Amino acid sequence: METLITLLVGVLVAVGVYLLLSKEMLRIILGTAILSHAIHLLLLTMGGLKKGDVPLLTETAAEYTDALPQALILTAIVISFAVTAFLLVLSYRVYQEAGRGPRLRGRQDE
Amino acid sequence: MNNILVLPMILPVLVGVILVFLRPYIRVQRMLSLLTTMASAAVAAYCLHHIHLNGIMRLDFGDWLPPHGILFVGDSFAMLLVLGACAVSSIILLYAFAMTGIETESMFFYPFFLFLVAGVNGSFLTGDLFNLFVCFEVMLLASYVLLTLGGRKTQLKEGMTYVLINVLASWFFLLGIAYLYGVLGTLNMAHIAVRVAETGQGPLLTLIAIIFLIVFSLKAGLLLYFWLPGSYSAPPTAVAALFGALLTKVGIYALYRMFTLIFIHDPVIYKIIGVLAIVTMVAGCLGAIAYSDIRQIVSYNVIISVGFVLTGLAIATNTAYQGASYYLIHDMISKALLFLLAGTVVYLTGRSKFNEISGLIRNYPLVGWLFFLTMLAIAGIPPFSGFIGKIYIGLGAIETGSYVLLAVSFLSGIGVLYSLLRIFLNSFWGETIISEDDQKPFQKKIGLPLVLLAVLIIGLGIGAELLSPYIQDAADGLADPKQYIRAVMGDDLE
Repeated sequence: METLITLLVGVLVAVGVYLLLSKEMLRIILGTAILSHAIHLLLLTMGGLKKGDVPLLTETAAEYTDALPQALILTAIVISFAVTAFLLVLSYRVYQEAGRGPRLRGRQDE
Repeated sequence: MNNILVLPMILPVLVGVILVFLRPYIRVQRMLSLLTTMASAAVAAYCLHHIHLNGIMRLDFGDWLPPHGILFVGDSFAMLLVLGACAVSSIILLYAFAMTGIETESMFFYPFFLFLVAGVNGSFLTGDLFNLFVCFEVMLLASYVLLTLGGRKTQLKEGMTYVLINVLASWFFLLGIAYLYGVLGTLNMAHIAVRVAETGQGPLLTLIAIIFLIVFSLKAGLLLYFWLPGSYSAPPTAVAALFGALLTKVGIYALYRMFTLIFIHDPVIYKIIGVLAIVTMVAGCLGAIAYSDIRQIVSYNVIISVGFVLTGLAIATNTAYQGASYYLIHDMISKALLFLLAGTVVYLTGRSKFNEISGLIRNYPLVGWLFFLTMLAIAGIPPFSGFIGKIYIGLGAIETGSYVLLAVSFLSGIGVLYSLLRIFLNSFWGETIISEDDQKPFQKKIGLPLVLLAVLIIGLGIGAELLSPYIQDAADGLADPKQYIRAVMGDDLE
C-alpha cells in the first residue's frame, strides 16, 4: 500500500511541476493545488498507513493508527485551500488589470 | 503565570477579528490596533525580564505535557525578537495612520496588519515544528493581502511572484516535516533535538537539515533572494517597512533555531551557511550599487544584512550569537526607519530614482539628517546601534579564525555605506530643484514615527549596557541547547 501511494505522490509531483512550468496563470494555480495534494499524501504515508486499528481505543491498546499525521494534513489542507482561493482571486484581478493573457514574464529590462 | 506567553500572538489575532467587524470606524480601528501592538510589546518586555530571573518559560496548551501536545516556549532569543517586532510595528502603525489613504484603510488594512504581527510573534514563540509552519502561513497570508492591497499593476505582478515562491517554499517545508516525522516520529523541537542526539546525525538527517536550510533560506532571503527586491519595493511605504523589518527576521530566527538546537552535530552545514552568507553579502552589495531606484537599493540592503546576521550562525560561538542577537534587534529598527525614509522621499518628490532628485536637505532638513543618521547606524559607526553587533560578530570570527567571513562581512559594510551615500549625496545635497510653490508640506504626523525610530537607534547604541544581560541570556541559550531542551523536556531526558 505504501509503495502505491508513494508512486501516486511521484506522479502528482510530476504533474504539478509540469503545470507550474507553463505560462497560463490558471494552469500554474492548478499546479500548486496538485503539488499540495501530493505533499498531503506524503505526510499521510510517512505516518504509516495500515497499522491494524483505529486511532487510540484505550490506554492499553496494542495496535492503533497514529492520528497525528491526519491532524497535520487537516490543517495543511485548510491552509492550501485558503492560499489557492487567494491565488484565484489575485489572478482574476491581474486579468482585469492587464487585459487578455496575463503572463508571468519579466520586464524588457530584466 | 506562564499563560501570559500566549498573549503576543493571541491579542493581535483576537483584536484583528474584532476589527473586521468595525470596518466603517477607522479611528477606532487605529486606536485598537496601536493599543494591541503596544500591549504585546509590554507583555514581551515583562516576559523578557521574567526569563532573565527565572529561566525559560513554557506553556503547554491544554496541559498536554511535552512531547505530546503543542506548546509555546519563550527563551530570551525569541522574546527579544518578539519585543523588537512589537515595538517596531507600533511605530510603523503611527506612520500608517498618517500616510495610508482612507480607501486602503477601510479595506481591512489594520486587521491584516495585526494578523501579520500575530504570525510573526507566533513563529518566534512556538516550540513545535508544525506549529511553526502554521504560524508562517498566518504571517504569509496576511503579507499576501498587504502586498496586493491597493491593486496597482506592479503590486499585482510582484504579488503573484511572491505568492508562488512562498507556496513552493511551504511545500518544501511540509516535505521536510513529513520526512522528519517519518524518521523520528516527533515534531516537538526539543524532543527532535533529543532524538537526533541519541541516534546521531546520519546522512538522512543531514539531508532533512538541508531541506530545512533551503526552506528557511527562501524565507530569509539567504542566497535565494531573487523575489525579495521586487516584492519589497512594490507595496505602500508602511507595508514595505513592515516587510523589511519583520519578514526576513522570521526566516533568520528559524535558521538559528534549527541549527543551534537540532542539527548541531554536523559541522559541514555551518560551512555551507558561511558560504551562502558570503555569496549573499557580495550579491546584495552588487545589487545595492547597481540600481538607481531608491526603493530597490533599500531592498538590497535588507539582503546584505541577512548575509551579515547569518555569518553569526556560521561562526557559531557564544560571542557571535551575542552579536547576532544584538544586530537582529538593531536591524529591525534601522530597516524600518530606512524603508520609511525612502518611502517619504518618494512621496515628497514623486520620483524614485535618486539622480532625478536634488537638494532635499534644504527643504526637508529633518528627513535629510535622519537619513544620514540611519546610514551611519546601518554602516556600524560607533555611537549608534549597528556597532556593537558588528564588533561581537567580528570578535567571534577572530576567535574561530574564520578570516574570510570576517573580511567579507566588514567589507559589506563599505558596500552599504557606499550605496546609501550615493542616495544621500545625490538627492539630499546640491541645488534644490523643487520650487517653493511645489514643495509638499511635511506633516508632523510623518515626522513623529521617524523621530521615534531614530531615538530607538540612538538609545540602543548608548543604552547597550541595559540590554546586555538579556542579550547574554539569549546567546547562552543558543550556545547551549541543553538549556532549551531541559526547559521543555524536564531534567530526566537530557
